Amino acid sequence: MNHFSITTRDLNLWYAKFQALKNVTVNIPQGKITGLIGPSGCGKTTLLRCFNRINERFGYVTTTGEITVLGQNILAPDVSLIELRKHVGMVFQRPNPLPISIYENVVFGLRIHSERRDLRKSELDDAVEKALREVLLWDDLKDRLQHRATGLQLEQQQKLCIARLLPLKPQIILMDEPCSALDTAGTLGIEELMRALAGHYTIVIVTHNMGQARRVSDECVFMLMGEVVEHAKTTDLFLTPKDPRTADYIEGRYG
Amino acid sequence: MNAPTPNIFAATPLARKKQRREQLARAVFFTMALLLVVPLVLIVTYLVVQAWPVLSWEFLTTNPKRGMRAGGIWSALLGTFYLVGFSLLVAAPIGILAAVYLNEYAKDNWFTRIVNLAVINLAAVPSIVHALFGLGAFVIFFGLGKSILAASLTLAIMTMPVIIASTKEALAAVPQSFREACWNVGATRWQTIRHVVLPNSISGILTGVILQVSRAAGETAPIMFTGAVFFKAIEEGNLFAYGLRDQCMALSMHLFTISTQVPDVPHGLPFATAVVLLGTVLFINALAIILRVWLRSRKKW
Ligand SMILES: Nc1ncnc2c1ncn2[C@@H]1O[C@H](COP(=O)(O)OP(=O)(O)O)[C@@H](O)[C@H]1O
Ligand SMILES: [Mg+2]
Repeated sequence: MNHFSITTRDLNLWYAKFQALKNVTVNIPQGKITGLIGPSGCGKTTLLRCFNRINERFGYVTTTGEITVLGQNILAPDVSLIELRKHVGMVFQRPNPLPISIYENVVFGLRIHSERRDLRKSELDDAVEKALREVLLWDDLKDRLQHRATGLQLEQQQKLCIARLLPLKPQIILMDEPCSALDTAGTLGIEELMRALAGHYTIVIVTHNMGQARRVSDECVFMLMGEVVEHAKTTDLFLTPKDPRTADYIEGRYG
Repeated sequence: MNAPTPNIFAATPLARKKQRREQLARAVFFTMALLLVVPLVLIVTYLVVQAWPVLSWEFLTTNPKRGMRAGGIWSALLGTFYLVGFSLLVAAPIGILAAVYLNEYAKDNWFTRIVNLAVINLAAVPSIVHALFGLGAFVIFFGLGKSILAASLTLAIMTMPVIIASTKEALAAVPQSFREACWNVGATRWQTIRHVVLPNSISGILTGVILQVSRAAGETAPIMFTGAVFFKAIEEGNLFAYGLRDQCMALSMHLFTISTQVPDVPHGLPFATAVVLLGTVLFINALAIILRVWLRSRKKW
């Protein structure tokens, strides 16, 4: 059981009358990078957002089925969304650093999740250094910690957004097309970072870039119209896809 | 997974504390919203209850009688429509077009910044100051005398800055990318405004204009000096009973008169007048809301 970080069984999700996920059953391995691929509108973002229950902020969403994260059914009534989101972090398509200093961005989660009196300056400083080192930004930014985060280059902003999750010690990081706002160098930078983080964290990444899926992911899930069509090791999925629709998609015949 | 594992996402004491604070914050916001609504409902209910015996179709369509101690409010009601209508006829086009210029054409330099600042400050000038300006400028200098025309123009001067400010805000809310898309197919600025900017901001612009209807209908000071009289009988049932150079009655001032200046007014009369004033404003607002919903339903984003 424990080598899967996230498992879903017969997960169905409706936006009002529209069914966006159909009987999704997937097992996301722990400490690996899992890519979610598929044409636009097939439900990748929706699935990703189920894993930290952020879809629910729309009142008209209905979910059935089972989602188990780190061995715990997260649809159970005694699950605290506050705690869940601490363990499952998310990185968005457009870097979204808060318009405060780099330092404050990194410690933002700590401040949210602790009483003010429990935080000591030295602890915060350590957390910032550790998080920024982990995302390979420390050397670039260590002299500019008090600068505004929104002034950074996009690649650095996105790395900072990842660093912002780390002080809370999440086990899972969800990334929704994290590179689509970045240029090639930025994309490679984020990919390098993802490889460095894999192992310590379970990473689920939505991507439209087949090259990226091949380069960074260990396993790949191909989705179509709300259903999981194929889930396999990345090398297998790209070399010997079992389903003709997967083959069509990865060869760029549609989507 | 047979053995029950402890729930790692169970609320920690801190999370529970945060949750309690969340509920507290929510309760405070809700109470404030309630504090806003309750007095409003109470006031309106009280007014309507007190006014009920007096309200009738006849009340709306007859002139005040016996030194305003009896009869209806026809001349005041029609006067208010004239004043508000003409002031909007002047203020809305000028205000909206000026705002379009300021937002779409004017360069961002010290001059436009001063103009913008002036507009905002003008919007904050008390209405009695507008009244004195109207008296000096329209009644005396331009020789319009105390008349509907002079009073409407004064109201227009009063409402215009707010219309400009709110229109500018509505225009600024249209995403810049829409404009760029338009320019990049070779549209002129006017074409861009006509086909993209105005259609997408019209509901916001209308809101700003409509809010000024209520303000123009409710103000007493600006019209008292420039065109409104305590009493004037006009032909009942004729919508064109006032001429532009006539003086007129107005609901707001009539309400002031019968509640403070005339002794022995029957109890229900001021309340009924207030309800009609309120009803008129609500009616116009309702029209505007319907128009807005209709316009918005055509909006595609
Ligand atoms: N908030 C929402 N309300 C209604 N429908 C939505 C919402 N979000 C997504 N959808 C619909 O659900 C489907 C899946 O969307 P999404 O998960 O964003 O796809 P992907 O990320 O794979 O492009 C799409 O058809 C989309 O139109
Ligand atoms: Mg998406």
